[in-house]
Amino acid sequence: MDIYSPAGATYWLVPGRVLFLVMHVLGIGCFFFIIARRLVPLLRAAPDFRFDQPGKRLGNVAKYWIGQWKHPRYRFAGIIHILIFTGFLVLAARAFSLLVLGVSDISLLPWFSGILGHGYDIARDYAATVVFLCMLIAIVRRVVFKPARYEAPAKFGKARGVDAVFLLALIAILMLADSFFEASKAASQAQRGQAVEYLALFSLPWMLKTVLLPVSLPALWKLGLGAYFVHNLTFYFLLCYRPFGIQFHVETSLFSVYFAKLDPEILKPVRWGVSDQQLDQVKAFGVTRFEDFTWKHMLDFYSCADCGRCSDQCPSHAAGRTLSPRFLTIKARGYAFQHYPVLGTPNNGTPLIGSIYSEDEIWSCTTCGACEQECPLLIEYIDKIVDLRRGMIDDGNVPQSLQKPLKALESRGNPYGKMEKKRADWAKANNFQQSCPVQVLGPNNKGADTLYFVDSITSYDDRIQAIGRATARILHRLAEPFGILGGSEKDSGHDVRRFGEEMLFIALRDHNVGAIKASGVQRIVTADPHAYNALKHDYNGIPPVQHISQVIAGALKTNRLKLNHSEKNGKVYTYHDPCYLGRHNHVYDDPRDVLDAIPGLKRVEMKRSRDRSFCCGGGGLMLFYEPKEEQRMGVMRVKMAAEAGANAIVTACPFCMVNMEDAIKVAGMEGQMTAIDLAELVDQHIVQSEPASDASTPHEHFAEV
Amino acid sequence: MEILVCVRRVPDTSENEIQLNSAENDIDRDDLVYSINEWDNYAVEEALQIVSRVGGKVTVVTVGDSEDEEVLRREMAMGASHGVLLSDDLFPGSDGRGIASILTAFVRKQTYDLILTGVQADDGAAQVGGMLAAMLDYPFASLVNSIEVLDGRKLRITREIEGGNKEINEIDLPCVLSIQTGINEPRYVGMRGIRQVASIPIPTYGASDLGVNSRDIGMGAAKVKRLGYFVLPVGRGAEMLQGTPDEIVDRVVELLKAKGGLS
Repeated sequence: MDIYSPAGATYWLVPGRVLFLVMHVLGIGCFFFIIARRLVPLLRAAPDFRFDQPGKRLGNVAKYWIGQWKHPRYRFAGIIHILIFTGFLVLAARAFSLLVLGVSDISLLPWFSGILGHGYDIARDYAATVVFLCMLIAIVRRVVFKPARYEAPAKFGKARGVDAVFLLALIAILMLADSFFEASKAASQAQRGQAVEYLALFSLPWMLKTVLLPVSLPALWKLGLGAYFVHNLTFYFLLCYRPFGIQFHVETSLFSVYFAKLDPEILKPVRWGVSDQQLDQVKAFGVTRFEDFTWKHMLDFYSCADCGRCSDQCPSHAAGRTLSPRFLTIKARGYAFQHYPVLGTPNNGTPLIGSIYSEDEIWSCTTCGACEQECPLLIEYIDKIVDLRRGMIDDGNVPQSLQKPLKALESRGNPYGKMEKKRADWAKANNFQQSCPVQVLGPNNKGADTLYFVDSITSYDDRIQAIGRATARILHRLAEPFGILGGSEKDSGHDVRRFGEEMLFIALRDHNVGAIKASGVQRIVTADPHAYNALKHDYNGIPPVQHISQVIAGALKTNRLKLNHSEKNGKVYTYHDPCYLGRHNHVYDDPRDVLDAIPGLKRVEMKRSRDRSFCCGGGGLMLFYEPKEEQRMGVMRVKMAAEAGANAIVTACPFCMVNMEDAIKVAGMEGQMTAIDLAELVDQHIVQSEPASDASTPHEHFAEV
Repeated sequence: MEILVCVRRVPDTSENEIQLNSAENDIDRDDLVYSINEWDNYAVEEALQIVSRVGGKVTVVTVGDSEDEEVLRREMAMGASHGVLLSDDLFPGSDGRGIASILTAFVRKQTYDLILTGVQADDGAAQVGGMLAAMLDYPFASLVNSIEVLDGRKLRITREIEGGNKEINEIDLPCVLSIQTGINEPRYVGMRGIRQVASIPIPTYGASDLGVNSRDIGMGAAKVKRLGYFVLPVGRGAEMLQGTPDEIVDRVVELLKAKGGLS
C-alpha cells in the first residue's frame, strides 16, 4: 500500500478516511442544497420551449461552450479564458480522482494506468500550471490594469471586482495545493529511492518537486497531507461559494448554451404555447414581476460572468443612457439572490420597474443586438427588454412621447398621424410619375410581380421620400415591373412590436398580410431594413422579401446594371451597417459589393463595422423617444466615420439617414461630412440605357437635403 | 369617492387635415379619425388616481350616439368602472347649454361626489363645465391642475392662472372641476385593453329616461348657432435665419420677443 495516503493518515487524531468522508458529504450536500434553492424561482417562472432540436443544441455546445467561439473577439481576455476553460476540462478527472483519494486508496480510474494514464498525468500537470499562471495574470489584470469594462458606475450598482479577485485567488490556491501534493509525493518517493512518478518538465508540480527535494521525509509527509487538506477544503468552498456570485457560470454555462435560442432573429412570443388567437385569454402581458421571466431568462441571470462585453459594445451605454445590458442582468441576479435566499422563505412579487429597473432604462434600448452578438454565453437581451416593455404597455406605463405615435399607428397606420390616402404621395412629387411610373397594386390591379414595400417613414418624411424615389428608379431601371400598396399599406409594425405593443403589431401585420396577398405579387423588395426584418421574420405566409442592396448586388453580378465612374469630388465613403440589415440579417457584403462596383469610388472601413457596427440611435418609435443621455449615439457614430478618414457616410436604412443627418448638424460637421443612402448613391451612378430624358432627376432630391 | 367624468369624442387634430366642406359651414368630416378629447383624458386619469388613493369608483359619461361608445370603452380600458351613453334623437344640435342640461338631468338621477370635465374640447367652447355646475348649483373651479382630497368632504385644488402662476383653493364637495392638461400623465391604452372591455354593456339613456325637458335641448333650443367656419390658410415659406450660431440665437430671441413669445 502506498504510504502516501490521505485516507490512511490521521488529522488531529481523526482518521483521514473519516475526515474526508465527512467533508465530501458536507460539501456535496451543501452544493446540491444550494442548487435546489437556486432552482426555486426557475420552477415558478414563465414557460419557455427549449427542448427541441437536440442536435442543433449540441452543435451550439460544441461551438460556443467547448469551442469558446466568441471568446477571441476580445483577444487577450479571450485567450486567457480559453486556457483556463481547457485547463478545467482537463483537470475535471484529476479533481475527481484526487477527491476519491481521501476515502479510498483504490484507483477508480483503472484505465488511467499505462500510456494513457501517463499522457493524462502530463496533460494535467501542464493544465494546472497554465491555469495557475492564468489566474495570476487575471488577478494582475484586475488589480493593476483595471480594464474599463469591469467598472461599475454608481448609477448601476456595486462592482464585483473584489469578489472576482477572491475567486481567482481561490482557484490559484487550488492549483497550488494540487501541485504541492503531487510534488511532495514525488520528492518523498525520490528520497526513499522508489520509482518516482513522472512529473511534466517545467510544470508547476515539477518545479515544486525540485524545490522540495532537500526537505526531510516527515516534513514532506506533513506538507503533502496539508496540501491535500487545503485542496479539498478549497474545492468544496469554491463549489458552494460560486452559486453566490459571478463564477456560477462554471456550473450553469453548459445549460445556458444548450438551451440558448436557436433562432435569435425571431422575437419571443408573448407567452410560449399561446397562439395569437388565444392572446386575449392571457391575463397579463410581458414581465412586470421577476417571476414573469422565463426559466431560461432566469438561467441567463445566473450564468452571466460579469465580463462586461455586452455593455462595452452597447451604444446606449456608450452614449451615457441609463441602460447597461450588463447591469440589466446583474440587477436581476441580485433580485433573485435577495428574494429567493438560500436560507429563508422566498418573498416574491415586487414590480421590477421602480425597484431594480427604471422606465427610461427599459425604453433606452434600440434593440440593435450588439450585446447579444458579443456575449460568450449567448445570453439573450432583446427578448427580455421587449418583455419588460410589454409589461409596461399592459400597465399603461408609457411615456406621452410614445403614446401619440402609437395612437396614430392605431388610427392611421403610421406614427405621424398622416392621412392614409397620402401614403403614395412621395411618388407624385415633381412629376416623378412621368419618368418613373409607380403603380398602386391591389385586388383590382395585379399588374406586377414585385412589390416595393415602402413603409411609413419613406412614405411620409420629406427627406426620406427621396430614398423611396431612388429605390423606385432603380427598380424601374432594372425593368422590374413593380408596384406599391399605396393607401392600403400600413406601417410594418416592426418597432411597434419591439416597443412591446404586440396587439397593435398583430393588427398592422394582419392588415398588411391581407393587402400583400390581395396584390398577387411574387416577391417583395424594400429599402427599409426594419420593414425587411419584420416581413422576413415577424410575418408569415407572404412572398420572399429582399432588401434593395441585395437586389442591386444581384443585378450587378448578372450585368443587368452598370454603374458610372465615381465623380472626382474628393469624397471618401464609409459604409455604416444598419443593425437590422447587418447584425440581425447578416447582410454585410452585398452593400459593400455594390459600393465597390462603382469604379473609382474610394471606400474606407470604420473600426466598428459589420457585426460590431455601432447603432446610430435606433429607428421606428425610437425616433419619438427622448432618453436621458450624455451624448447622441449618432454624433458618436459620425465621429467614428471621421476618424476612419471618411467624409461621406453611406447607409442603407431610412432611420439611419435621419439619425446621421441630425448628428452631422449636432456635431457641427456640416460641410465636412455628408450622409447618403446606398439607393441614392446607386441611383446617381446608374448608366443610362436610354436617352437621358430625366438626366436631372437623379440629382433633384439633393436640393432637399 | 364616486366620481363622474364627462367626456367627448372629437376629431383628432394631430391626425387629421382639417379642411372646409363645400358649403363652408363645417369641416370636411370624410376621412377624419376621432379620439377622446385630450382634456377629458387627463380628467379621467385624475379621477382614477384619486380613486386609487381614497377608494371609490369612476364613471365616464358622454352625450352622443353609438359611435361615441368608442371613447367610453377607451376610458373604461384605462380603468373607469362604468360607461354611460346619453343618446336620443332629440339631442343633436344642442348648444353648450343643451349639453349641460342633459348632463344635469343625468347627474340628478345618481349621486356623485365629484364631477370632472375637461377645460374644453378641441372643437368646443369651454362652457359645459361651468353651466353644469350652475344648473346643479354646485361649486365650480376651472383650469384645475392639481387635486388633493382633504378630510371632511373638501378638496384642495390648484388652478392655473395667467403667466403660469398657480392659485390654491379649497372647495366643498360635491363640486364640478374642469381639468387642465398636464395635471398628470395619462396612462396608455392599447388595443388589448380596449378588447378586454369590449363586451361590457354600456347603458344608454334617452331624453325620457333622464326626464330632460325637450325645450332645453336640440337644435331648436340652441341659443348659439354656428354660422360659418374658417380654416386658416397654410402659410407659404419659412424665414431661414442666416449667420453664425450666436447671431441666429440673437435673432430668434428678438423675433420671439417681437411676436410675444418671450417677455
